[in-house]
Parts: sequence; structure tokens; C-alpha cells
Amino acid sequence: MLVKKYDVAVIGGGPAGLAAALSAKEREPGLTVAVIERDKALGGILQQCIHNGFGLHYFGEELTGPEYANRFIERIKGSGVDVYLDTMVLELTPERRVVCVSAANGLMAIDAGAVVLAMGCRERTRGALNIPGTRPAGVYTAGCAQRLVNMEGLMPGKKVLILGSGDIGLIMARRLTWEGAKVVLVAEIMPYSSGLNRNIVQCLVDNGIPLKFNHTVTNIIGKERVEAVTVAEVDPRTRLPITGTEQTYECDTLLLSVGLLPENELTSAAGIDIDPVTNGAVVDETRQTSLAGVFACGNVLHVHDLVDNVSDEATLAGRAAAEYASGQASRQQTYAVKGVNGVRYTVPQRVHAGLDGKTDIYFRVGNAYRPATAVVRCGDTVIAKRRKQIMTPGEMEKITIDAALVTGDLTVGLEEVNPS
Amino acid sequence: MKTQEMICIRCPMGCQLTVTQDENGYSVTGNTCRRGEEYGIQEMRCPMRVVTSSVKVTGGQRPVCSVKTAQAVPKSEIGAVLGEIAALRPSAPIHIGDVLAGDIAHTGVALIATAND
Ligand SMILES: Cc1cc2nc3c(=O)[nH]c(=O)nc-3n(C[C@H](O)[C@H](O)[C@H](O)COP(=O)(O)OP(=O)(O)OC[C@H]3O[C@@H](n4cnc5c(N)ncnc54)[C@H](O)[C@@H]3O)c2cc1C
Ligand code: SF4
Repeated sequence: MLVKKYDVAVIGGGPAGLAAALSAKEREPGLTVAVIERDKALGGILQQCIHNGFGLHYFGEELTGPEYANRFIERIKGSGVDVYLDTMVLELTPERRVVCVSAANGLMAIDAGAVVLAMGCRERTRGALNIPGTRPAGVYTAGCAQRLVNMEGLMPGKKVLILGSGDIGLIMARRLTWEGAKVVLVAEIMPYSSGLNRNIVQCLVDNGIPLKFNHTVTNIIGKERVEAVTVAEVDPRTRLPITGTEQTYECDTLLLSVGLLPENELTSAAGIDIDPVTNGAVVDETRQTSLAGVFACGNVLHVHDLVDNVSDEATLAGRAAAEYASGQASRQQTYAVKGVNGVRYTVPQRVHAGLDGKTDIYFRVGNAYRPATAVVRCGDTVIAKRRKQIMTPGEMEKITIDAALVTGDLTVGLEEVNPS
Repeated sequence: MKTQEMICIRCPMGCQLTVTQDENGYSVTGNTCRRGEEYGIQEMRCPMRVVTSSVKVTGGQRPVCSVKTAQAVPKSEIGAVLGEIAALRPSAPIHIGDVLAGDIAHTGVALIATAND
């Protein structure tokens, strides 16, 4: 087996992996850095997200997904970062050996000074959902349909019902309508959308596509191909369908836009601690996992709504990986950060004591609140407070703390809230 | 006096705007930044949108290449813009930023490639 050595090995060549590799190289130009990507091209899932709205925060202009990815790909070219395409990582060992396979090199191992996990996420599928009915053709995840239409130039169907109002489903509702299909309904089981408000407006409202909250799919009808889908209202408390509210919609395609799951098989197999809420690794503010020298960023860590946040997070992780690989790791004690009172999770889940400067804590709330005030406490002392007109589960929130004030475990919770 | 509620779509914040029209023109409240004010007034006068889609490519590595209008076009013209996009058959090689149509559907706006093929 071919064995190579790199100071920093990045697994995954999406926006997270690219930003992490560039940041590592920038922090310590003398280090050797490699990106390992299983696909034939860099850019990750962005290559199929051809709508615009990326980069407003990071580049100060609105780009499409492929344009955003290309900015990073161009920078990688002259950076001295080695790129392995068509190379699938099979295993990460606790000793930071990355085992991968490719047609060009066969089985190969990379012994790395530091590793950055940037494998992204995948979509939840029907299996994870348990919809009864037959198993005809015409049931796709929204992302799979996105790939078909935007990369292959193929249409999944003519008459489409979408389950779930996540961003990918909303974007695809508009895309399919613009390509001549009819989107008969978007059904959302929750009383709110997990997608961005702007996507509800510019994708659904603009195109006259109906959206029903508290509704779910209860049956799929059709032998060879989907012929119709039954939708029923759910009880908002139990989320179980209410008998007698069923309505049947004729359609040939059902798209599922029911959420993303971080792709953490490698992470778990390496024995790294996973947060049961995010389904990603438990990390400190440098994005270091429970395994020293292994960092995580992007959608493999927690599902992001905005790629701009992915790039920011990856920059932190890449810099920290370079520092670790060159022997500048922090030996300070860490304290826990915990979400309480309506805050479902935080990233990071741990912070170091005795730092200077500011630390950003990202979090998601479990319900819609308007208005809401997020409060960070260290013991009984309030160390940061942020009030917003509205906080919803669909949008990641951020609160910035003064790192010097961390002298014990932290909690992040909502106070003075009005659930709505 | 006429008021209209809307959600600003100029950035992911999605501020809830109230646009009021009176004899002095339009005024916007609820916006966090100046772009929101612009959006509210534009939305009352003539709603504008950037159109993103893809074109079929001859001789490329992939069968389609993604495109966008270089600026926003009137919402009422989206159908016409999409119609012209569907009829285009550019040949590879195509590079990001290439102009594939100088004046798409008489909007005065160019159609540009957003990927390489
Ligand atoms: C279908 C879909 C559509 C989306 N649409 C949008 C959108 O419209 N707007 C938006 O802001 N966000 C969107 N997102 C979220 C988007 O994923 C993030 O904004 C961003 O792309 C995350 O970057 P990433 O690098 O973490 O992950 P990804 O872009 O998913 O990149 C991960 C990379 O790792 C590679 N990889 C994984 N496992 C291995 C392995 N074992 N070995 C080697 N390589 C591996 C993958 O091939 C991939 O290239 C979408 C996500 C999905 C799944
Ligand atoms: S008003 Fe400004 S901050 Fe608010 S959504 Fe519009 S552009 Fe974004």
C-alpha cells in the first residue's frame, strides 16, 4: 500500500474542505496540505445549486452555487495545496491515518499531522420517514431531483408534490415550475417552515404554489409510477394525521425535502464523540473534536443554511489544524457550553478558558419565538445577551461572547420570550 | 394612503417590511438596511428578479450549463426570459462569465454562464 505523509489532510472538497485547506496553508505556508475528494470535481454540493443567493456575506455580492465554489477552486489552484480527486476515504484511525482508495493509486494511506473532516451531509430519504403505500417510481429526494435537472438536464416528472418545506424543496419548486412542470402542493408537517422566508416568497408566493403547514403525506398511490399522493392534516401536538382530513392529489412525482443528516460514518468509526442533537462531532471553539488533532467543519459538523457560514467555520478549523500540526496546540482547560430553555444545540459545545478576543457561539432554537432574547451565562453571571424580533428553527443564530469571561461551564438559553 | 406588508428577499435575514404610499411617495419601515428600503419601493413600482436556469450545451462535458441574468429583470418578463433560455444551444467550451445572450427577451439584460463546460 502506498503511504504518504501530510501535515494537514482535509477529507472532502466541498466549500468547507476548500476553505479549510486554504486557511491552513495561509496560516502556516510551510506545511504540506492535501484535499481528498471522492467526486471527479471539487465544489461539493454547490455545483448543483445553480440559484443565486450565495456569498452576500462572504464576498459582498450575490453568487450562484457554482460561481461561489469556483472562487475557491481558483484560489486552490495556485496555493500549493495537493488535490486528490476520485479518491474515497474509507477509514480514519485514532492515530490520524487516513485510508483511501482510487483508480489511480489503489489503496493509499495518508499519515497526517492534523485532519479536517469536511464530508458534508446527505438527505434523509423515504426509508427514514416511513411513508406507507406502494413503492412506485417517481419518488425522489429534492437534492436528487436538483442534480437531475441542473447537472443532467433531465426532468423528474410533470406534476409534482413536495413533502417538506426545507430550502432545497422550495428552490426545486420554483426550478421545476420554471422548467414547465406543475407543482401542485408543498406539504409541511410542522406549523412553520424550516426554509428561509425569502425562499417562501421568491419560490412559492411568486409562482402561486400552495404551501400547507401541519400537513403530511399519508399514502403514495400507483403501481409502476406515482399516480397520486394522499395528504392529511396533522394534530399539531402529536403530529399524527387526523382521520377524515385526507385529500388526494394527482401527480406523477413526489419530492422529499425532509432534512439533511451529517455524514459521520468515518467520524463515529474513529471513536470521536458525536452530539446526539446535531449528529455531528462535539467540538471546541477551534472546531477540534474529542480526538486531538482532528477538526470538523461545514455540514458534517452541523447543518448550515448558508454556505457563507460554512466558509467562516472552515477558516477557523483550517487555521487550528495548521497550528496543531506545527505544535502550537492549546493546553488550556475547556468548559462545556449547553443549550437550555428553547435552545436545541450550540456549536461549539466546549470552549477553552483563558483566551483573548471574541468567540462566536452558533445555536438553533426549537420553536418560533417573537421576539426573543438569547442569554449566555457563566454560572449565574450573564456574559452576553442578544435580542431579536424573531427566532425560528429554520435559521441559525449567533451570539458573540468575550472569551476572557469564560471561567466555568456556559449555558445559552432564551429569556423573556413569546412563543408564537 | 395605501400600505403593503412584504418580506424583503434581498438577503437571508428576510425582514418584514411595511411599505406606505402617500402623496409624498413611498416610505418603508421594518427594514434593517438601505437595501430593504430600495426593495420595498421597487416591489411596489415594478418587482424585479434575477433568473437562474440552465442551457443545453453542444459538445460539452456535461449536457447542460447553468446561467443567470446579469441583473434582475421585471418579474412579468420571467416567462419570456425562460422561453429564450430554453431555445439557446451554445457550443462548448463555455467559461464562467461568458455572455450567452446580450439582451435576453428585450429586457436589456445579458444572460451569462455561471459554470464551466
Ligand atoms: C442537495 C443539497 C442542496 C443544497 N442546497 C443549498 C442551497 O441552495 N443553499 C445553501 O446555502 N446551502 C445548500 N445546501 C447546503 C450546502 O450543503 C452547504 O451550504 C455547503 O455546500 C456545505 O459545504 P460542505 O463542504 O460542508 O459540504 P458539501 O458541499 O456536501 O461537500 C462535502 C464533500 O465531501 C465529499 N466527501 C464526502 N465523504 C467523502 C469521503 N468519504 N471521501 C472523500 N470525499 C468525501 C463529497 O463528495 C463532497 O464533495 C444544500 C445541501 C444539499 C445536500
Ligand atoms: S432589509 Fe436589509 S437586512 Fe433586511 S432582509 Fe432586506 S437586505 Fe436583508
